[in-house]
Amino acid sequence: MSVAATPDERLLVPDRPSYLGAGASLRSWFGATDHKRIAILYAVTITIFFFLGGAAITLVRLELFTPQADVVTADTYNRLFTFHGIVMVWFFMVPAIPATLGNFLLPLMIGARDVAFPRLNLFSWYLAILGGAFTVATLILGGVDTGWTFYTPFSTMFSNSHVFAAAFGVFAVGFSSIATGVNFIATVHLLRAPGLTWFRLPLFVWSLYATSLVMVLATPVLAVSLLLVMAERVLHLPIFDPAHGGDPLLFQHLFWFYSHPAVYIMVLPAMGVVSEVITCFARRRVFGYTFMVYALVSIAGIGFFVWGHHMFVSGMSPFAGLVFSFLSFVVAVPSAIKVFNWTATLYRGQISFEAPMLYALGFLGLFTMGGLTGLFLASIPIDVHVTDTYFVVAHFHYIMVGGTVSAYFAGLHFWWPKITGRLYPEGWARFAAILMFFGFNLTFFPQFILGYLGMPRRYHVYPPEFQVWNVMSSSGATVLAAAYALPFGYLLWSLIWGRRAPNNPWDATGLEWRTASPPPPHNFDQQPRIDVGPYDYHPEAVAPAPDQRPRRRQGEDA
Amino acid sequence: MSAPVQSLLREPWPDLASQREAATFGIWIFLASELLFFGGLILAYAVCRIGHPHAFMAAARETDIVYGTANTAVLLTSSFAMALAAQASEREARPIVIRACLAATAALGCAFLAIKGFEYADDLRKGLWPAGDFALPEPGARLFFALYWVMTGVHALHLTIGIGLVGRLTIRGGGPHLRLRDNPQAEVTALYWHLVDVIWIILYPLIYLPGRAG
Repeated sequence: MSVAATPDERLLVPDRPSYLGAGASLRSWFGATDHKRIAILYAVTITIFFFLGGAAITLVRLELFTPQADVVTADTYNRLFTFHGIVMVWFFMVPAIPATLGNFLLPLMIGARDVAFPRLNLFSWYLAILGGAFTVATLILGGVDTGWTFYTPFSTMFSNSHVFAAAFGVFAVGFSSIATGVNFIATVHLLRAPGLTWFRLPLFVWSLYATSLVMVLATPVLAVSLLLVMAERVLHLPIFDPAHGGDPLLFQHLFWFYSHPAVYIMVLPAMGVVSEVITCFARRRVFGYTFMVYALVSIAGIGFFVWGHHMFVSGMSPFAGLVFSFLSFVVAVPSAIKVFNWTATLYRGQISFEAPMLYALGFLGLFTMGGLTGLFLASIPIDVHVTDTYFVVAHFHYIMVGGTVSAYFAGLHFWWPKITGRLYPEGWARFAAILMFFGFNLTFFPQFILGYLGMPRRYHVYPPEFQVWNVMSSSGATVLAAAYALPFGYLLWSLIWGRRAPNNPWDATGLEWRTASPPPPHNFDQQPRIDVGPYDYHPEAVAPAPDQRPRRRQGEDA
Repeated sequence: MSAPVQSLLREPWPDLASQREAATFGIWIFLASELLFFGGLILAYAVCRIGHPHAFMAAARETDIVYGTANTAVLLTSSFAMALAAQASEREARPIVIRACLAATAALGCAFLAIKGFEYADDLRKGLWPAGDFALPEPGARLFFALYWVMTGVHALHLTIGIGLVGRLTIRGGGPHLRLRDNPQAEVTALYWHLVDVIWIILYPLIYLPGRAG
């Protein structure tokens, strides 16, 4: 039975050097091999890209306030949404949770000193920066107008924009994510603390493991498809050119072979974060732990065989369409298992509504809506009608923004005290979480209706009857922008004025809470040993009694 | 702990044996990733060849099978030298023997690139660059040569990286007090080299052999 530390003890500031105090020179940051410092480098980078991509889409939403063109030209409009897509997918969403929270927490959660290859870890950040530099360069040079999907033959033969630089930027950042994937897989296999068996791993670690598998096996195919686009564009090798017998659809197959699994690169880590947060704030063991693990791994696996559902209207054989449609329904099964199990985890929990929990519950609702509309799109008879409409835009923003970004903010708030050693202002954080939820729905729910009514995506003018929905969506985007600016403000504020965080402010289980906040450079003073499973919030198979004090700190029997 | 061991040991590993195990594990994962990379190219080749079987045979007949076959022999021999280096270090042969094997590996790699360079020059002379003026009339032949240049080019790039890795190992790898097999970089380099070799064994029949039988 664990004994709770007195409040005074818990608030003691550990008088030990933290990773933040291990040097302040530029070299100690830009040459850092400490996974925690690299995570901070990534966090700063993706925040910059998040606001760049956000600025581009702000102009797009501004343009869509009125049916006619009044802010930007059609050509600029194309370049804006392309920049938004490329930056948000590859420079924010893919690295968001794995390279920041994952990098910081994976070694801590498995009781390791660092990741398996610390120098490779730093190298992967520099690759991301190289790719980012090329992508920003395209913006300065005048942008790209192909859409984030680089579809041939437009990208290879007709586009007069900077396709090569953009494709090279994505190519480079792709190798960065392969490096991260290799590193994480080796770390989970080889560096788990004594006693930490596979089925005692926290679900966040499992989700990073599954994500890394997808990164390692899908990203090279993106790299090769972009390489072929670059070869055709610069060296004029006619690979996708129909005039010489080439097949533009071949590009779509190669591209979506990566880009559909990429959806799972973006959403699996989010599922991991949500599993940590919901168990902690419901004071519950996760419902059906092994099923949660199998669901993560099977989403990663089945995700490789559904790419064709992006191409239902490209003229593929109806039999191929049937198979891809069926497999897309199959991949929804493990996703549904996860949603049901999170819900069941809440049952008879002692739920409290701190900001991370609000974000996590937001994830639960929005991901469910995104997933269910995904089933609409997996049904060919419906997909044919709503292909390339705002219905699709709304669907994937529910998954990507409603799901992944909500979970990213959940994790950011949950682990902020651990990462920075400071507490964020709870009231502001709850307000931002709620504002984000409403802003999100106001922005994207009208887009389902727009799509259902037939408004195509990627047009900068539209018939006047669509205006009311577009005005709602653009107004929602304003709310959403404010909701994103808020955490940026108060989290920075908390770095200086926030209260010092105790080691375990949430009374959470998990190894990362057993070391100092912020952790020392070597993570743990003593090698931790693990003799219980994760989420040890109450005895197994017995729900906590309403008046029972929650257990603290996994595996600690002091 | 001796100085050379310390110079090779990296965080977060307690000893060279576990670091070596991790490096080997990591490179296998990376090789899986590489297979998917070349897999994409081979898929593109397969799709185009199914679409234009005759053009692909006609185009493949234009490749230089002498250069291609010679290069296959050179690269297989280089892998043999690499395996020899690994065996020599396993049996604790004298460092000079190991270094000689590694140097032979790198030299054969360079020979491959040199032969490839002559072949490229010949190809360009024959007008086999598939942009602009192109020597072959068959529709689809351009596709073959587009893929030929990309696949062999990417392979040559991989080989160049491999030569760099083997060169580094030759110069700095096994000091007088350290057996090569203790060095975590040794097996990583060897596995990468063999992958580049295996890829070539797949590319060779795809590029040089179609249309030559019967």
